Amino acid sequence: MRLLMIAMIASGLAAAQTPAAAPAGNAQNGKKLFAQYGCFQCHGYEAQGGLGTGPRLAPKPLPWAALSRYVRQPAGQMPPYTAKVVSDKDLADIYAFLSTQPTPPPAKSIPLLNN
Amino acid sequence: MAKSRKLSVGRRSFLKGAAGGAAALVATSGPIKSQQAEAPRNGSAPILAKEPDPGPVSSVEVLTGDHPGSDFMVDVLKALGFEYVFANPGSSFRGLHESLVNYGGNKNPEFITCCHEESSVAMAHGYAKVEGKPICVLAHGTVGLQHASMGIYNAYCDRAPVFMVIGNTLDAATRRPGVEWAHSVQDAAVMVRDFTKWDDTPASLQHFAESAVRAYKIATTPPTMPVLLVADGDLQETPMPAGERLHIPKITLASPPQGDSGGVAEAAKLLVAAANPVLIADRCARTPAGMKLFTELAETLQAAVVNQNGRMNFPSRHPLDQSERARAVISEADVILGLEVWDFWGTVNNFRDQLHRTSQPITKAGAKMISISATDLNTRSNYQDFQRFPDLDLSMAADSEATLPALIEACKRLITADRKRAFEERGKKLAEAHAQAEERTRAEAAYAWDSSPISTARMAAEIWAKVKDKDWSLVGGRGWAMRLFNFDKHYRHVGGSGGAGEGYGAPSSVGAALANKKYGRLSVSIQNDGDLMYAPGVLWTAAHHKIPLLSVMHNNRAYHQEVMHLQRMANRHQRGITTADIGTTLKDPFIDYATLARGMGVHGEGPITDPKDLGPALARALDVVSRGEPALVDVVTQPR
Repeated sequence: MRLLMIAMIASGLAAAQTPAAAPAGNAQNGKKLFAQYGCFQCHGYEAQGGLGTGPRLAPKPLPWAALSRYVRQPAGQMPPYTAKVVSDKDLADIYAFLSTQPTPPPAKSIPLLNN
Repeated sequence: MAKSRKLSVGRRSFLKGAAGGAAALVATSGPIKSQQAEAPRNGSAPILAKEPDPGPVSSVEVLTGDHPGSDFMVDVLKALGFEYVFANPGSSFRGLHESLVNYGGNKNPEFITCCHEESSVAMAHGYAKVEGKPICVLAHGTVGLQHASMGIYNAYCDRAPVFMVIGNTLDAATRRPGVEWAHSVQDAAVMVRDFTKWDDTPASLQHFAESAVRAYKIATTPPTMPVLLVADGDLQETPMPAGERLHIPKITLASPPQGDSGGVAEAAKLLVAAANPVLIADRCARTPAGMKLFTELAETLQAAVVNQNGRMNFPSRHPLDQSERARAVISEADVILGLEVWDFWGTVNNFRDQLHRTSQPITKAGAKMISISATDLNTRSNYQDFQRFPDLDLSMAADSEATLPALIEACKRLITADRKRAFEERGKKLAEAHAQAEERTRAEAAYAWDSSPISTARMAAEIWAKVKDKDWSLVGGRGWAMRLFNFDKHYRHVGGSGGAGEGYGAPSSVGAALANKKYGRLSVSIQNDGDLMYAPGVLWTAAHHKIPLLSVMHNNRAYHQEVMHLQRMANRHQRGITTADIGTTLKDPFIDYATLARGMGVHGEGPITDPKDLGPALARALDVVSRGEPALVDVVTQPR
C-alpha cells in the first residue's frame, strides 16, 4: 500500500510537471529515436504494437499529457524512461513521429486478411 | 586385484556359451598372458606374477560371436512399436546401433541420424506430440546425455513422453583405456533424474526387457514424461548365453487417472450454476479425442473458453473461443475451470515486473477456482517449473482428458430447462464477442502491413494464404499464426517447448514433421532465428531423411526476449538505454539462413525483406515440400 501511495504521488508530480499540449517535435528524428531508445522492441518499428509485448501507439497516439506521463511513470509493465535518459525534447520528437504515422488500409480491403 | 582379474575372466567366459567352451576359454587366456608379460607398473604386479601359468595356447582365439545381447534389445524396441530411433552415433551403444541396422534391418525402428543429442530429444518431443506416443532416443551415457539434458528438461516441463536409452560401460575392468573411461559413469541417470519420471540400469537382458516395458508404461501414463534406461556396454556386446529363455512382458498401458466422482460432481454443480464460467485449457488434449471432449464440455455449458495452446485443445474459430479477450472473461468469471493449466496462479493474477515486483488478482472476489491436473500426481522438488501455488476451491489430481467424459455427463444431468435457456443466451453473447474480437484482430494485422522489416502479422497471413487449402500442421512457432489461422483439427498445432529452452523449435519441428509424413500432412514451422542457431544441423537431418517441412524464419536478428530484458534493466538503472543490442542481437554480420539451409541440402529462399516478395518465395518453397523435401524461407521480420 505504501509503495502504491508513493507511486501515485510520483505520478501526480510527474503529471503536474508535464505540459498539457504536445510540444513541436521533429518526426524524422523521432523515428530514429524510437528505434535507438528501444521503443521498437515492444511496439514495433512502426509503433504498430507487438504481440504480447506492447500495445499499438500509432497512428492517433494517446494525448501528449497521458503518453508523456506514462513514459516517465508507467503503471503497467513498461520500463520507465526517465528524463535522465530521454529528454523532453527527444520525447516530443518521438511523439511527433507517432502522430505522423499513416493510417493503414482497412482490413477488409486486404484480401489476405479475409481468409 | 586377483578377484578383479577373476571377474574379468568371468566376463570373457560369457563368450564361451555361444562360441564353444574350450575355444572361448583358451581365447580369454591369450590376452591375460599378454598382460602378464608387460613390465610391472604398480604394486599389484607381483600378485599377478604369482598366478599359475595357464599353459600353452592350443587353439585360435575366438573373435566372433553370434546373437549379442543388443539383438535382444532390438527385439524389445520392436515389441514396443518404435518406428524410429533418433540418435547421434556413440560408441557406448555401438552394439545396439549395429543390431538395429543389421539384425533389425533398420526398419521399425529406423535409425534417424541426428547431429546433436539435444536435437535428438527435441525431435522425439515433437514426434510424441503429433503421434501421441514416445519414440526412442539413443545417446552416450555421459557426453550424449549431457548434450541431451536440455531437450529432456523441455519434454519434462511440457509433459511429453520420451524413451531414452543411453549407453554406458559400468564394469571398469572391461573398459577400453582412454576415451571409454571419460564416457563411463557410475550412475548415468542421476544427471537428469530431477526431470525424468523414471530410470533404471538393467543388469541382465531379462531385466532390460522388463524395465523397458515398465519405462514405456510409466512414460505414457499421465502425466506423461521422459524415462531413461541404461544399456550397459557389456550387456549389449556379449553374446546371449545359449539356451537362455528371455521374455518380453506383455505391454499393457495403464488407464489414465480420472478425477474422483465426488470432485467431478462438485465441479459440475459449480459450473452449471455459474453465471459466467470460464474454461481454461493448456495441455488438456492429450489425444485426438481431447479436442472433441473439451469442445463438448464448452458447448454443453455454452461457456467461455480460453485456450492457452499447450496442446490443440479447441477450434480457434469456434464462437465460444474467447482467447483474444482472455483477461476480460477471466475478470468477469464466477467459476474458473483450469484443465492441465501449467501456471494457474499466473493466469488469474497480474504480475508487474518493476523494481518492486508486485501482483494482484485479476479475478473478482469470490470467484471459484477448479483445477484438474495430472501434474499434481508427480510434483518434484528441485526444478521449480510447478509455478506459484494458486488459491483453489477444488483440485483434482487427475488427467483432464480422462476426466472430461464424466464431467460432461455430470453437467448434463444437472442442466434444467431454465439453465439451458440461460446458457443459450450466454452462448449468443459470447459468439458476438468472438466475432468482434476476430474483427479487431484483422484490423490490428493491417498495421505496418507493407513495412520492412516485415510485420509478423503479414508473414502469418502470407503463410496462411498458401496453406489454408492443404492438410496442414503448424509444428513450430505460434504468434500471429494462432490469431489468423483456422485451427480446426487435432493436429493443427502441437504447443510449445515446455521449459522455454532454446534449441527446441527447429528439431521438434523436424520430429513432428516426420510423424506427420506418413499421414501426408503439410508440416509448417515458424522458426525463430536464435533457436535455429543452437543446432542448425537438424536441417541436414531433414534433408538426409527427406522429411517434408516448410520452415519460415521469423528472423528478427536477435534473441529478442533478451533484448527487452536488457532494456528493462538499463531503464531501471537510468543508463545505457541505447545499448540493449550488445550481447543480445545477431548482426555484424547478419546470418544468411537461406545459404545455411542450402549448405545442409535444404532448399533456401531469402532473406526476404520486401513483403511483396514473400508470397512467391513461399510458393517456390512449397513446391519443394510437396515433393517430400524440406525448404526454408528466411523472412526478416519486425521483433514480434
